[in-house]
Amino acid sequence: MTKTKMNNYSYISFVLIIPLMVFLITGLFGKKLPALSGILGTVGMLIAACLSYFAAYNYFMVGGRVDGLYPTVIAFKQTWLQFSPSLTIDIGIMLDPISVMMLVVVTTVSFMVHLYSIGYMHGEERYSTYYAFLSLFSFSMLGLVISTNIFQMYMFWELVGVSSFLLVGFYYNKPSAVAAAKKAFIVTRFADLGFLAGILILSFYSESLDFQTIIHRMMDSNSPIFMNANAASFMGVSALTWALCLIFIGGAGKSAMFPLHIWLPDAMEGPTPVSALIHAATMVVAGVFLVARLFPVYMQIPAAHDLVMYVGAFSAFFAAVIACTQTDIKRVLAYSTMSQIGYMMFALGVSGYWGHGGLGFSASMFHLFTHAMFKALLFLGAGAVIHYVHSNEMGDMGGLRKKMPVTNAVFLIACLAISGVPPLSGFFSKEEILTAAFENNKIIYAVGLVTACLTAFYMFRLYLTIFWNKPFPLSEGGGHEVPGDVHHSEAPMTMKLPLLILAIATLVAGFIPFSMYVSADGTAFESEFHIIPALVAVTAGLIGIFTAVFLYAKKNDKPEMISAALGGLYRSAYRKFYVDELYLFITKKIIFNFISTPAAWIDKNVVDGMMNLIADVTGNLSESAKTLQSGKISSYVMWFFAAAIVLSMMIVYVF
Amino acid sequence: MNLSLLILIPALTLLGILLAPAKIARAIALGGSFAQLGLALGMLFAYMGLHDASHLAFEETHVWFAQWNINYHIGVDAISIAMILLTSVVLVAGVLVSWNIENKTKEFFFLLVMLATGAFGFFISQDLFTQFFFFELAVIPKFLLIAIWGSGKKEYAAMKLVLMLMGGSSLVLIGILGFYFYSSQAGTPSFDLTALSHLSLTHEQQMFLFPMLFAGFAVLSAMFPFHTWAPDGHSSAPTAASMFLAGISMKLGGYGCLRVAVYLLPDAARAYSPYIITLACIGILYGAFVTLKQSDIKLMNAYSSVSHCGFVVLGIAMFTRTAMTGAVLQMISHGVMTALFFAVIGMIYERSHTRIGSEMGGLFKVMPFLGAVFIIAGLTSLGLPGFSGFVAEMTVFVGSFQNADLFHRMATIIATASIVVTAVYILRAVGTTLWGPIKKAEFEKLTDATWNEKLAAGMLVASIVILGTMPLWLSDMIGKTTEVLFGNVIK
Repeated sequence: MTKTKMNNYSYISFVLIIPLMVFLITGLFGKKLPALSGILGTVGMLIAACLSYFAAYNYFMVGGRVDGLYPTVIAFKQTWLQFSPSLTIDIGIMLDPISVMMLVVVTTVSFMVHLYSIGYMHGEERYSTYYAFLSLFSFSMLGLVISTNIFQMYMFWELVGVSSFLLVGFYYNKPSAVAAAKKAFIVTRFADLGFLAGILILSFYSESLDFQTIIHRMMDSNSPIFMNANAASFMGVSALTWALCLIFIGGAGKSAMFPLHIWLPDAMEGPTPVSALIHAATMVVAGVFLVARLFPVYMQIPAAHDLVMYVGAFSAFFAAVIACTQTDIKRVLAYSTMSQIGYMMFALGVSGYWGHGGLGFSASMFHLFTHAMFKALLFLGAGAVIHYVHSNEMGDMGGLRKKMPVTNAVFLIACLAISGVPPLSGFFSKEEILTAAFENNKIIYAVGLVTACLTAFYMFRLYLTIFWNKPFPLSEGGGHEVPGDVHHSEAPMTMKLPLLILAIATLVAGFIPFSMYVSADGTAFESEFHIIPALVAVTAGLIGIFTAVFLYAKKNDKPEMISAALGGLYRSAYRKFYVDELYLFITKKIIFNFISTPAAWIDKNVVDGMMNLIADVTGNLSESAKTLQSGKISSYVMWFFAAAIVLSMMIVYVF
Repeated sequence: MNLSLLILIPALTLLGILLAPAKIARAIALGGSFAQLGLALGMLFAYMGLHDASHLAFEETHVWFAQWNINYHIGVDAISIAMILLTSVVLVAGVLVSWNIENKTKEFFFLLVMLATGAFGFFISQDLFTQFFFFELAVIPKFLLIAIWGSGKKEYAAMKLVLMLMGGSSLVLIGILGFYFYSSQAGTPSFDLTALSHLSLTHEQQMFLFPMLFAGFAVLSAMFPFHTWAPDGHSSAPTAASMFLAGISMKLGGYGCLRVAVYLLPDAARAYSPYIITLACIGILYGAFVTLKQSDIKLMNAYSSVSHCGFVVLGIAMFTRTAMTGAVLQMISHGVMTALFFAVIGMIYERSHTRIGSEMGGLFKVMPFLGAVFIIAGLTSLGLPGFSGFVAEMTVFVGSFQNADLFHRMATIIATASIVVTAVYILRAVGTTLWGPIKKAEFEKLTDATWNEKLAAGMLVASIVILGTMPLWLSDMIGKTTEVLFGNVIK
């Protein structure tokens, strides 16, 4: 909680202000100068990235530790909205190891994607709009990671959601893109409902919306606030457990954890650089970041903490199985992303808090970092391939290594990294995760190991089918006309440069001693290197790779035979285990037909019918009342006497 | 600060429209409404400059009917100032949107300004009789606006709307007269809001009066099950009338519920609050699900208003300072948002001649400005941060959740669930009308917004963004007034 350090980090606000300004300028005036918007956005992100690097350098190297811990620095804080004296939404900038790390990740990948898009989106009609949305996303994501306040995070959380919606639906005249954009927003909105409810509960008991205050109050197991939150129960579960589980639902929605993952593969309808930035490196890890941010509180509630672990582990395995059967190259990568985020989640789930016990936490953040680099590289590489071949289908590719030497090289590096082959970055982070799992939960460790094997398999299946397998251009079969005309070159420099930079990052990022900088309790520890678990992990990866080489290096009919032999299992994995169909059934059949349609019917016929009935009755009454005033003296006299008799009888009998 | 100017300017505008030739009627209406907006802003700053910017200010009293102790007593606090700002913004936008109306121009603008005059008078009245007078003034023009310039089943809709609203106001009238008689029993008969708030009524008297006043006003704010005038009325009304109806009239109801019914009868309000909360929650969710079924985008927004206005009633009945502040914020936010939504739906309808979402498609390509405005209105409706809806809804949610018992908690969670349903129907509307391939060849030739439409939409969007990005000043101001008005009965 120290903020006495002499470092002044207020310049960090420019990391946010620049993309916001770029968004406003390109959004409002971009149409007039389309070419400029790309350059403006790219230069803006470059400046933001440099500022982030500078801040990271200052934070970790110059500022360093205070009393053995990295201090949490509040660089800026401003009241935005005050609900009550204790509940306030502040907009601020909080720097601690994980937010500084995220600043670096987000600005780096965002800059790469901005640069890459100059080439990739060249000639696009809505080029300036694209850059406006990209800047909006970068602004929102950066605002999310530096949040001081859980409500601030929720706000930026929604903003990244809407930027994702706008970018997935960027090709808005394509119905599939529109459907995907809606699906992405609605599924995550549903999850955000959990997040919001969780915030309401958590803030009520901790009497604060401020992260530091919440964590401080909830960490002390003997404080009245914690005991109250842990005692108040609903359906036999304490309020705090509810809060954390609900918040985790929000995180699981954003991070595409099972069963809220269904939007992620569809979101691949967006432009490929967008998938690299939003749906691989940054937004989808927001859920991991959220759990990491509240990690000390999760430590207090084992049930919620375990939920994170089980959901993460299951998602990792589940997605890896599906990834083995998909044929659209972006969908393979999407499921791979889901699987890798599952790793990060269960790493948090198995982690302890103090010292070396927090290995899982460090490993999770480490994997988040390395994954951002190599997965962005994979997506951008895939983008180059798609750009070249004009197709997403693996069937339309093959033998591209000669046509696309640079892409081939970087793609191979990324595949080796994600498969955990030393000394690439993925090896180090994954090995740490598996070690942490091994130390805490053997079942989770086994799941992680099998998933590692599957990961290596599907990644090399992907790599080999694209770059080896059949010769290119495809001469026969397929039915597609030869897509990649031989005339154009591999990719423009603006696209190659980011690939090369990210490849270098993938090569060296593993050597960062992450646990020295980022750990659960803020202390530094050496993550010792164990040779046996490392060997086991690498062996698992190699088994996967060799299986893939055996099946896919040359075109043959073994893959078909195997999938035929697996029969129903293969088919259900290919159909993503029918989760989408289940959702469709619930939304279309149940909610729409059994709630919405009857509600509309009731409104038309019952509620409104009542009103019309009242009107009709009134009308009829006045119609009949009208006949009373007939103008005939005789009937008036009759009524007069009748009334007089009734009245007098009432007076006689009642009084 | 002379508050009567708020009545005087519209009155002069009305006179001008009446006397001037038809061609310049719209210019007079626009000039008058801009002057009114300027005045409202001036009043806001004058009020914020006061030392005790939370109490009633700029009061003025003139005897109207001495023998019945009816006074023209006016004054404003933060809540009424907020409503006046809302009304003047919507007024300007409504006039701009109707700029090219051709049929009976003079009469149209006359009725439009008259409706707004009633609203202004209502919001500044501190005397129940005066307030009721203005209340009725705001209802009558709606009948004509719908019946003459409307479309579809306009006679039926106009009649239904007016009958239901009249039914509501007769309930209000009973309540007001009840107060008058109870106060004369206690000594001096009075219609004065402040004086009546000090009146000590028995529990039975309170329990009798409250449903009259509250339900009477709730009809106007389209509370379930009194909401059915809204969909028919909105879908038949001309654009500007829809904007006024949802943007201003429905707020008269919410304001009346809060500032009259709950203010005068807090104990009864608290006793009835579980029922009100239940109805509000039904309205919120049920409204959202019914909206889901609508294919007509104007009907969609009409039904979504039922859902959104449920938050107003919910916030009021939750009896916490935060929730009540949220209810007022929601009135303002929804007022601006729905005016924008109806405006842009009207503009699109004028071009495409259809309101059925599935018959449109791909309109974003031909009208990017209107498309962007439609999306902004939609995102405000679904509560995106950065726009006003988020601020208001979150204030209601957080405020509601401060009631620590299970009933209030569950009600809050049920209400929050509507944000998902809202997202579904809004995104579907965006997807079917604006995105996708262009359905009809003639759509290719449609034009984007004209200057008056751009100005109207721009003003409303600016209001939404200002409230959505800088909410503190307003919520602070309203919160303080809430404290002053309800301090002893709320948490």
